[in-house]
Amino acid sequence: MTDLALTPSATGRLRWALSDTRSLTWRNLLRTLRVPEALFFSTLQPIMFVLLFRYVFGGAIPITGTTYVNYLMPGIFVQTVCFGAVSTAIGLAEDLQSGLLERFRALPMARSAVLGGRTTADVIRNVFVIALMSVVGILVGFRPTSNVAQYLVACLVILLFSYSLMWGFAYIGLTAANAETAQLMSFPILFPLTFASTAFVPVASMPGWLQGFAANQPVSVAVNAARSLMIGGNYYSYGAVLKSVAWSVGLLVVLAPIAVRRYRRLA
Amino acid sequence: MSSPFAVEARGLTKSFSNGTIKALDAFDLEVPAGQVVGLLGPNGAGKTTAVRILATILGPDSGSASIMGYDVVKQASTVRQLIGLAGQYAAVDENLTGTENLTMVGHLCHLKRSTVAPRAAELLSQFGLSAAADRPVKTYSGGMRRRLDLAAALVARPPVLFLDEPTTGLDPQSRLGLWDVIEALVQGGTTVLLTTQYLEEADRLAQNIVVIDHGRVIASGSPAGLKADLGATVLELTLADEEAANTAAGLLHDLTTKTAHVVGVAVELTVEQGPEIAAEAIRRIDGAGLVLVGLSLREPSLDDVFLELTGRRTDVDTEAVADGQKPKGRRSARESS
Repeated sequence: MTDLALTPSATGRLRWALSDTRSLTWRNLLRTLRVPEALFFSTLQPIMFVLLFRYVFGGAIPITGTTYVNYLMPGIFVQTVCFGAVSTAIGLAEDLQSGLLERFRALPMARSAVLGGRTTADVIRNVFVIALMSVVGILVGFRPTSNVAQYLVACLVILLFSYSLMWGFAYIGLTAANAETAQLMSFPILFPLTFASTAFVPVASMPGWLQGFAANQPVSVAVNAARSLMIGGNYYSYGAVLKSVAWSVGLLVVLAPIAVRRYRRLA
Repeated sequence: MSSPFAVEARGLTKSFSNGTIKALDAFDLEVPAGQVVGLLGPNGAGKTTAVRILATILGPDSGSASIMGYDVVKQASTVRQLIGLAGQYAAVDENLTGTENLTMVGHLCHLKRSTVAPRAAELLSQFGLSAAADRPVKTYSGGMRRRLDLAAALVARPPVLFLDEPTTGLDPQSRLGLWDVIEALVQGGTTVLLTTQYLEEADRLAQNIVVIDHGRVIASGSPAGLKADLGATVLELTLADEEAANTAAGLLHDLTTKTAHVVGVAVELTVEQGPEIAAEAIRRIDGAGLVLVGLSLREPSLDDVFLELTGRRTDVDTEAVADGQKPKGRRSARESS
C-alpha cells in the first residue's frame, strides 16, 4: 500500500541525512534563483562598497606597503560574506513563519537537514559571491600578489569563517518573529564587527580604546588572514591564518550547538 | 504495543507559557482504522495542539499517544513514516513550483528516486493542478494552495492523515472540491483525523465526532447521535432587539429541558413538541407586550449541538487564529481569491 522505506541502519541513517541535506540545499539554491531581484541587490551591495571605498574614501586612507585597493579587497570579501550571513537568518525565519518547518518536522527526514541544507546552500552562494567580487576587484585595479594556490586557500579561510558565522545567524533566524526582525537583529551585530575592524582602515587610525577590539575580533583576524594570503609582503602573517582558522572552528563549536538546540526546541 | 486504533491518545496534557495556558487537559481520542473522525471545537479549544502532538511536532507534558501502535514520542521517526499532515497554513514553498514542492517532499520521505517524479505528476493531475504544475506557488489561488498542501501530505501514501482545518478561509466552491478529494481518500482506506470549525464539514465527512473545549473532550458520537441527544426540534424566535430577546428568554426558559440560548436578537430552544411549544411561546411573548419578528422550527444541526455544549456558536466567519500557541509570528491562513 505505502511506498515507505523502512527505518534504516546507522549507515542508512547517515545516507538519509546526507540525501535530505542535499534535497534542502537544492531547494534553497533554487529559491535564491527564483527571487532574482534579491539576488541582484544582494550582489549589487558589495559592488557599491568596492566602488565607494575604492573611489570615494580610499584616497583619504593612507596605507603602507601596497595600494589601497589591494588592502581593501580582502576586507571586502570578508565583509560580503558577513553581510551574506543575514540571508541564513532570513531564510530560516521565512521557513519558520510560512509553516514549512512545521511540515518538515512531521516528515521522516533527518532533523539535521534543515540547518545543514540552509548553511550548505549559503556556502555555495558565497563561493559564487567571492568569485564575482574577485572579478569586480580586478576590474578596479586589485592585483593579488599571491599564486593561485594561496589565493584559493585565502578563499577557503573566508568560506570557513562565513560557515561558522552562519550558525550564529541561524540562531537569530529561528528566534526572530519574522524575516524583517531577523534582518534588523542582524545589523547591530554586523556593523561593529565589519567596520570596527581591519577591513577598511588600519587599526592604528582608531582611538586607543577601540584598537584592542578592532585588532583582535574575528572579522579582523579573518581579514588579516585573507590579506596575508592574497597580498603577502608586509601583510604576510602565517599566524593570522592559523588564528583565523582557530577562531572559525571555535565559533562553530559554540554557535552550531546553540542553533541546533534552538531548532530542536521550536514548538 | 499493538492497538486496535489507528490513532489513540490517552490523557494528553499540554500547557503553554509556563503552565498559564492549558491547551490540552487529559485529552482522550480513539480513531479506528479507515474511519474519519472530526475533532470539533471553537478557536483555542486545543484542536491544533492535539494534532501537533499526534504528528510528533510537539511533545506532550503528560499522557501518551500512538499511531498504528507506535508511540509518538518514543517511536517518533516510525510515526513520521505513517502520517501525512495538511493544514490551514498550507505549508508549501511559495518560490518553488507545484512539481518542485512535491518532488522535494518525495525525496525527504525517501521514496525511491525513480518513483518521485511520476508520483508528483500523478498527484498534481489528481488534484487538478497539472496546468499549474510548473508555475511558482505564489501565483496559485488559496484553493490551489490548499490542494497542493494536501497533495504534499499524500506523497508517501501515508495510511493516517491529519487534516487541520483543511478548508478554513476557503471559498465555498474550493471547499466542496476539497471535500470530494478527502472523500475519495477515505474510499481508498485512509484513516483521517479532521479538525474543523465547520460543522457542516464534520457532518459530511466524519463518521464520528469528538467535540472539545478547553482542551477536554466534552462529547463524542456520530453526527446523527449527537443531534438526536439534543432534542427533536429547534424553535427559533426572532425579536426586535437584543434586550427583547433576553426578556423573552427569561419568559421561555421553562419550555425546554436544555438551555434557552440568546443568539443576537433570536432565542433558540430545543424542544420535543415543536408546534405546541411554539404556540405557547407566542402566547407568552404576546402577553408580555413584546413584538415577535420571526419564528422557525427546524431540525437540530451540529451547530445547535455545539451551542448547547459550549454555550458558543462556532465562529465560522472570523479569521482562523486557531489555538494561539503556534510558533510565533506565523502568518495567518491565506484567503483564496
